[in-house]
Amino acid sequence: MTIATRRRFLQGAAGLAGAAVAGFPHIWIKNADLAQAADGQIKVGVLYSLTGTTAIIETSLNQATLMAIEEINAAGGVNGRKIVPVVEDPASDPATFAEKARKLVIGEKCVSVFGSYTSASRKAVLPVFERYHNLYWYPTLYEGRECSMNVIYAGAVPNQQQRDFIPWLVKNFGKRFYLIGSNYIYPKEENNVCKILLQRLGGEVVGEEYVPLGHSEFSSVIEKFKNTKPDVIFSTVVGDSVVALHRQYKAAGLDPAKMPMASLTTSEEEVRAMGGEFAAGHFTSAPYFMSYESPENEKFVAAFQRKYGKDAVTNFVSEPAYFQVYLFAQAAAKLSGSDLTPPNIRKAAWGQEFKAPEGLVKIDPQNSHTYLWPKIGQAQSNGQFKIIEQSKEWVEPDPYWAYPGQVCTPNGMVQKKA
Amino acid sequence: MVDIFNQVFSGLSIASILLLISLGLAIIYGTVGVINLAHGEFVMLGAYTVWFLEAKFGLGLYSCLVLAFLVVSVLGWCAERLVIRHLYGRVLDTILATWGIGVILQQAVRLTAGAELRYVKMPAELSQAVALFGVDMSAYRLFVLVLTLALLLLTYALIFRTSFGLRLRGVVQNAEIARCFGVNASQIYSLTFAYGAGLAGVAGALVSPLKSVSPDMGTGYIVDAFMVVVVGGVQSLLGTVASAGILGELSEGLAYLSNDTIAKAVVFLGVVVLIRFRPQGLFAVRVRRG
Repeated sequence: MTIATRRRFLQGAAGLAGAAVAGFPHIWIKNADLAQAADGQIKVGVLYSLTGTTAIIETSLNQATLMAIEEINAAGGVNGRKIVPVVEDPASDPATFAEKARKLVIGEKCVSVFGSYTSASRKAVLPVFERYHNLYWYPTLYEGRECSMNVIYAGAVPNQQQRDFIPWLVKNFGKRFYLIGSNYIYPKEENNVCKILLQRLGGEVVGEEYVPLGHSEFSSVIEKFKNTKPDVIFSTVVGDSVVALHRQYKAAGLDPAKMPMASLTTSEEEVRAMGGEFAAGHFTSAPYFMSYESPENEKFVAAFQRKYGKDAVTNFVSEPAYFQVYLFAQAAAKLSGSDLTPPNIRKAAWGQEFKAPEGLVKIDPQNSHTYLWPKIGQAQSNGQFKIIEQSKEWVEPDPYWAYPGQVCTPNGMVQKKA
Repeated sequence: MVDIFNQVFSGLSIASILLLISLGLAIIYGTVGVINLAHGEFVMLGAYTVWFLEAKFGLGLYSCLVLAFLVVSVLGWCAERLVIRHLYGRVLDTILATWGIGVILQQAVRLTAGAELRYVKMPAELSQAVALFGVDMSAYRLFVLVLTLALLLLTYALIFRTSFGLRLRGVVQNAEIARCFGVNASQIYSLTFAYGAGLAGVAGALVSPLKSVSPDMGTGYIVDAFMVVVVGGVQSLLGTVASAGILGELSEGLAYLSNDTIAKAVVFLGVVVLIRFRPQGLFAVRVRRG
């Protein structure tokens, strides 16, 4: 055997052995496909887009997450261990989300990942977290109807945002609703819930319409508002369409005092983009508004503005992005180093409570969604919301509220026989 | 009756916005023969010019309209001088080049002004509705309609009533012969391109208070503008006007009867069928190209 061929043989053998270890680690190490905390450190992934179409809002989520991690570490970490964030930029692209999730879970061996704003990106990473038994923390309000064993849902589901909102609207403005939304799954699921609630209250849907995503010409929609004269315009329009809708509503001479828009999606961010005078008088239901008065929120807003500039705005997505890190830390604190695996964190997270800026929140031990405090805010011309009503108690999350018989359990969705 | 009147006005309003954004494209396409895929980005730049001047210098919308025209037409002139003039006669290459210019402009704005939605003020006196013939109309939409008509008349006068227009029409009919008569065709081309770009800039400035301002806002407008130009027939100002009117009223009417999603699909289907049987558009002008 010449030197050259021997070298090649050694290279080949080493490569083969390497591939075997990398490719089939469970042969060698028990439970190796479960990520674990390394010595003295707890590695977590932070997966929010810093570039691309949803970068603005997701950047605020990234900032809130990193701020929470910093605060926890400054206060001594988790039982003396520091949380180490690994930040990736999935560039607003679902396929990139999946790729980066794989990197965080397999490559970096993070024990949990905080991420996603859109439902599309969450759906894209789910297979990764399910395959590798890892845990994803999702901060956004969403349409419900999902029950993954590998996600903790910190955002509101339809029953939480609408349970008090719809009766309040009916009582104060009337029973005739016009439903307007962007054309994708979230508005349709929200409207399902809205229609059931309206039916119970004897209300009426005088129009239901979905406009294409990114739609900016609302003159025909506004014509229909004028003709059907609804008492309430229930809006689940998203993104820059929100801006166009509000501006054209006001330009057409419609009056929020008589025909208000009631939204689940208009936050301080959208109001800032459209200008306060176009949003003034309309309503939004959400568990959190920047103007909410509580010691926790004052601290949260002050810390956020100190870190990211005095014009920085907190909103109903960045607040859950913030408090879910604390819930994670509390769960992790219950586990010893070798037990710190994603499935154990999930079990430990169930029932965890935390005094969040919006109020005391709790992770439901059945469906891994979060108990929240819905509030009704009225937009003001200064760009902030005035809180008109707030729930007297926290509201239980029910991701299958509109689908009787379907229940989210710790073992996934179960269909109960009627 | 009031309903119908309301409808017609809404349709006219959509038509005026369509015409506004397609006028520049039609002129560039008709004269220079370049399919300008950066047109949507010129519209976007017009909107950003207003935002910038408003936020930094506190200028009102009216003065911004003029400045948006100037800024974007200078940019258009540069684009023509630096890139597009080297590609005349190579249609596919101009498509690629203008698309590239569009991408560069879009990313440049994203990097400098940021990706977030921007806020452009609507003049206070136009932000309410006015009652006209018994119906409430958006004062701002009326303003857009009137200004579009004014720009149309201006463009018409420029093409058919000035010596520049005469030379321009000469170049469109036969560039070689026009050159023989001492017309500086390349200068005509760059000025026309700058004028078309400037119109796009005004369009962007005018729609920005009604819609939203973001780096990728041009993408939607370019589709609408192309639809109008293709239906109307290249090189026909009248065709562009008529087609904007038809498409505006049609999409408004369909959206009113069903919804915006269906209206969009039906209008596109109609356009596909139309260009299958009348590829030259509704109002094609017969011209010999040199």
